[in-house]
Amino acid sequence: MTKDECKKVVIDIIADIAPDEDLSALKPDVRLRDQLQLDSMDFLDIVMELRKRHSIEVPEADYIQLASLDSCADYLTPKFNALSAKS
Amino acid sequence: MKPSRIVITGIGLTAPNGNSLAEFRRNLLSGVAGIERMEIRYMGPQLAGVCHYDPLRHQTKKEVRVGTRAGSISIYCAREALADSGVAWDAQPKDRVGIYIGCTEHGNVETENEIYNISKFNYDTKFWSHYHNPRTVANNPAGEASLNLGVTGPAYTIGAACAAGNLGLIHAAQMLRLGEVDLAICGGVSESIHTFGIFAGFKSQNALATHADPSKASRPFDLARNGIVVSEGGCLYTLERLEDAQARGAKIYAEIAGYHVNSDASDYVLPNPVRQAECVRASIRRAGLEPRDIHIVNTHATATPLGDIQECEAIRAVFGEGCPVTHINNTKSYIGHCMGAAGALELAGNLPSFDDLTVHPTINVDQLDPACALPGLVLNQPRTVAKVDTILNNSFGMLGINSTLIVKRFAA
Repeated sequence: MTKDECKKVVIDIIADIAPDEDLSALKPDVRLRDQLQLDSMDFLDIVMELRKRHSIEVPEADYIQLASLDSCADYLTPKFNALSAKS
Repeated sequence: MKPSRIVITGIGLTAPNGNSLAEFRRNLLSGVAGIERMEIRYMGPQLAGVCHYDPLRHQTKKEVRVGTRAGSISIYCAREALADSGVAWDAQPKDRVGIYIGCTEHGNVETENEIYNISKFNYDTKFWSHYHNPRTVANNPAGEASLNLGVTGPAYTIGAACAAGNLGLIHAAQMLRLGEVDLAICGGVSESIHTFGIFAGFKSQNALATHADPSKASRPFDLARNGIVVSEGGCLYTLERLEDAQARGAKIYAEIAGYHVNSDASDYVLPNPVRQAECVRASIRRAGLEPRDIHIVNTHATATPLGDIQECEAIRAVFGEGCPVTHINNTKSYIGHCMGAAGALELAGNLPSFDDLTVHPTINVDQLDPACALPGLVLNQPRTVAKVDTILNNSFGMLGINSTLIVKRFAA
């Protein structure tokens, strides 16, 4: 998986948990919270959907890594690739 | 000190056969029921009363996703009631508004959904939603309405089984009289059709209606009735003290005339006609009326073989043969049993009788059960009458809770 593909996975999840938001112009280097109406429960939703859809676990200490699309990609892409290497 | 007079100034509702009072009333006078077949988890298609309001009229997509159906119904009804009331909402002090919503139950839907959800993950509870607790707390429907409306006054639910809709109004009237709030949003809601448990429970109790024609399935007082049709719905009112309503030139639908709440203390599920009659009598007494002064009695009857007979016994004991202008009807024959919303919806369906002098009938009575042959029963066709100044609304519930609410035509 590339980082861009990883960002697409995250955006697909956000599209479901924040269905009123326009995601067409998300800036990858800006905090998601500064661009979207997301609260702490929404971030838990992102964590839950990563778990449900992709079997990716994000420990609480690492939630900060989900701050922006870029940081999501940096953090999650190796996890996705490690998973696909296993399977 | 004489208690304040309390008046109804706004109505918002969603019923299986209408999403506004006008549509609901039109269908009650035209004999249009609102029952359909709905797929119920583990059980297959079941008869149910389903509401078809537009949740996005007053909620964002995210609010609908995060919240509960009962919360959504509460928000829809509250917003519609406020709009109908003509209250200047932006200027209304939100800390002086109370939200009092009756519920039969809450949390079953959300709990069943979560158990079903984790069943897809080998029952691993790490897949259990973090929204479970805010969705299932008993105050959820009122709490969601407070969030949507920005109400900072008291907002809570009243658990009173299927008497809850009346209880919402009664409690609101009490809080207004105590001066706790200046405007009350009150009534009842139900999301019960989204839990298989209520269907399965009634089925195990041999109390779930069946019929080849969904629109004929709910048939209180009919000899062939065979149980309850479970429905969802909501009806919330704005209640105000008369002087406040008059000061802003509000339209007044009716005045709260009397009420009573009591308990059977006799059985988990079987109604007690002696206590029901006591409840009805006490409400009439509180209203300063006699039974012959009541013009419409809206029954609670749910179409169970025994329950209908027992309510008829209670009504016969109170009204007997000496009340020639008392007309008796039933709204569940159209919409099934809307549980926590039932009392509030059924009252709303009758309020227009003050203006059109027409009593909506009980439909689906092909052969009247002789045990339910009350004098004044309005069957299958609307009845135009000379006078409607009072409406008495019965709502009873499991564990033996009884409620009767009387409203009267407003006269300054």
